[in-house]
Amino acid sequence: MTPEELGEITAKQEESERQFKHRLHVCTAAGCLSSGSDKVKAALEKEVKDRGLEHQCKVKGVGCMGLCANGPLVADKPSNVMYQNVTEDDAADIVKSLDTEPVARLECPTEMPFFRRQVKIVLENCGRVDPEQIEDYIAASGYEALVKALTEYSPGEVVEQVLRSGLRGRGGAGYPTGLKWGTVAKTDADKKYVVCNADEGDPGAFMDRSVLESDPHRVLEGMAIAGYAVDATQGYIYVRAEYPLAIKNLKTAIRQAEKLGLLGNNIFGTTHSFHIELRLGAGAFVCGEETALIASIEGKRGTPRPRPPFPAAEGLWGYPTLINNVETFANIPPILRNGGDWFARIGTEKSKGTKVFALAGRVLNTGLIEVPMGITLREIIFDIGGGVPDGRNFKAVQTGGPSGGCIPAEFLDMPVDYESLKKLGSIMGSGGMIVMDDTSCMVDVAKYFMEFCMSESCGKCVPCRVGTYQMHELLEKITAGKASAKDVLVLEELCDLVMNTSLCGLGQSSPNPVLSTLRYFRNEYLAHVDEKKCPSGVCQIHSGEEVTA
Amino acid sequence: MSQAVRVITLNMDGRDISARGDQTILQVARENNMYIPTLCHITGLSRVGSCRLCLVEIKGINKLLPACVTRVEEGMEVKLSSERLDKYRRSILELLFSERNHVCAVCVSNGHCELQNLAQKLNMTHVHFDYRYPRLPVDGSHERFVLDHNRCILCTRCVRVCDEIEGAHTWDMLGRGVNAQVITDLNQPWGDSETCTGCGKCINVCPTGALVEKGKSVREMTKQRQFLPYLTLMRERRW
Repeated sequence: MTPEELGEITAKQEESERQFKHRLHVCTAAGCLSSGSDKVKAALEKEVKDRGLEHQCKVKGVGCMGLCANGPLVADKPSNVMYQNVTEDDAADIVKSLDTEPVARLECPTEMPFFRRQVKIVLENCGRVDPEQIEDYIAASGYEALVKALTEYSPGEVVEQVLRSGLRGRGGAGYPTGLKWGTVAKTDADKKYVVCNADEGDPGAFMDRSVLESDPHRVLEGMAIAGYAVDATQGYIYVRAEYPLAIKNLKTAIRQAEKLGLLGNNIFGTTHSFHIELRLGAGAFVCGEETALIASIEGKRGTPRPRPPFPAAEGLWGYPTLINNVETFANIPPILRNGGDWFARIGTEKSKGTKVFALAGRVLNTGLIEVPMGITLREIIFDIGGGVPDGRNFKAVQTGGPSGGCIPAEFLDMPVDYESLKKLGSIMGSGGMIVMDDTSCMVDVAKYFMEFCMSESCGKCVPCRVGTYQMHELLEKITAGKASAKDVLVLEELCDLVMNTSLCGLGQSSPNPVLSTLRYFRNEYLAHVDEKKCPSGVCQIHSGEEVTA
Repeated sequence: MSQAVRVITLNMDGRDISARGDQTILQVARENNMYIPTLCHITGLSRVGSCRLCLVEIKGINKLLPACVTRVEEGMEVKLSSERLDKYRRSILELLFSERNHVCAVCVSNGHCELQNLAQKLNMTHVHFDYRYPRLPVDGSHERFVLDHNRCILCTRCVRVCDEIEGAHTWDMLGRGVNAQVITDLNQPWGDSETCTGCGKCINVCPTGALVEKGKSVREMTKQRQFLPYLTLMRERRW
């Protein structure tokens, strides 16, 4: 493969697309697939064939278009008409109307803020390219960044671009990506590894899943660039086995890239070689923690170990290892293509670029969104998300999953960036965003996340193993109306203990949902404890057990 | 000739101390007769930093770090004990006592138990968390030894000694969180184990009465630890 051949593939692909007057994009990512988009796609294909339009209209499976709430989604290119809630029975109407007026009853208003307010970098290809076709990705400027990195930049200059972009780890902690790359690049070792963390496990989060399902080549390209920058020749993608479609698309993508010589030995005729293998997780949340992930790839029990040494110094099989999240790697190709300075112009002073969020819960437009850093929570929830349905009132938004916290209405105008969210007692996290209205009990929410942490604790260190159990017991007691004021004090004491003494991030951050709800919704805790009442009516409290003094 | 190790000086609890740069805080503290409580750690086995009792405060670092795995550095200022550390350590012990069924009065290791000794030493007077009282089995299938899950604190010393010293890897872990437990082979009864050599090393490194010899009554089980430093030294020197 040479850069020229890459251009030829692009030209050929564009030419073949141009042959079709209409291209019907059907979302085949997990969200729409679960509401039957595979059947819609088959029905559309049949309809096109029955009408003898095969040479004019192409039905193409693409990745996520974002508005999962209204799936299955179908988009007509180049007219950009979008249809929502499409069923098999609608296929005939859609195909019939191709050259006339769009089918009004199915039309999705693409002018609404949900689409207009988004800025797509990571998701730029999602819903546009066929994830199973490398040519489609190449035609969308795919692997251009890899060519540029390998032929125009030295490894040091690649690191420099990433550093200048200001990109921070999208897995949640927000460590500067360029700094991490630079550290691994500077280590002196016979072997180094690049690992992609695709063990997304936060409840309600599906950002990485969508990227892998919709645009797998982008992650491969990002990893190959990282391999060049840090001088690694082997990469691993640690992906959870619960994502069968992501795994399938990744396998296809790796095979295609290897066949074209975009992965493998001597990429683009240079001396750089890079191979990628998949490793499947067996369902443990803790394996998203980098040292546990490394242990798991090595075939050991997936438990974390104390850091330092950090994986950048001693990682996989003791060699320096660069670990980044899916979304982080997905940001790399556009950064290399457009330059670090371009990326640094988007976002806020300390949080650059965009962030993908999985918008879920009590919000009208649930789905996958990408917004510039610094946007306010209000804009995300009320403009893009369309607000809380059924005339209910907004109560809180949970970010960061079991490691994050609940942010109440009074902070809706805070900008979304790493520092602001941390100040509010939550975290950016990997991008889960769960909206809650006044039908949610905040103690119950805290209990839900604590139950998650308790059952996902690996059991290695004492504070996390027994502490999360004890905290969950206390929350059970509170929600059952059986707790005393002293129990709340013990709960707070345990939060402090577990946060400060646990071995890894899972334990250290597990008290966050409790601490943030105690901070903003203490009155709800007190209502359960003092009045034996659940203000939202969620918790079943039997008044008969009340003791009167 | 081996590579020269730098000698450094650091400060522990107000005392200036010199140490080798490749030593851990725990090693240096012990050399200088300064006390740090430990439970999962035992000299001669790999260090896992899981009991969290040896956490210490280091000036300039926000997080508490485990002394058993943290290397000393030039100019480090370490606090081995403080009101905060003592409180955390007591709470961690309380959590351990609340987790399973530790009834000293009827235990063969009473009086020789590291968990019990630590509780006394750190002035743990009571447990202010609710006890779990889990129903746990006792494996008496081995002809000479007994495994009592009720007294296990999951320190994994048995797993490590069996793997690293005996080379049998009979022990391992099953499950996670509070449901984690030690197992023999692929969760077979110990007596049926095909890999167990019956060497008894696990019995002797176990800090509590979870792994004991059969036929002992209350207070009768004492453990012999001398073999471990001796074997480690033999391996280092290739005797």
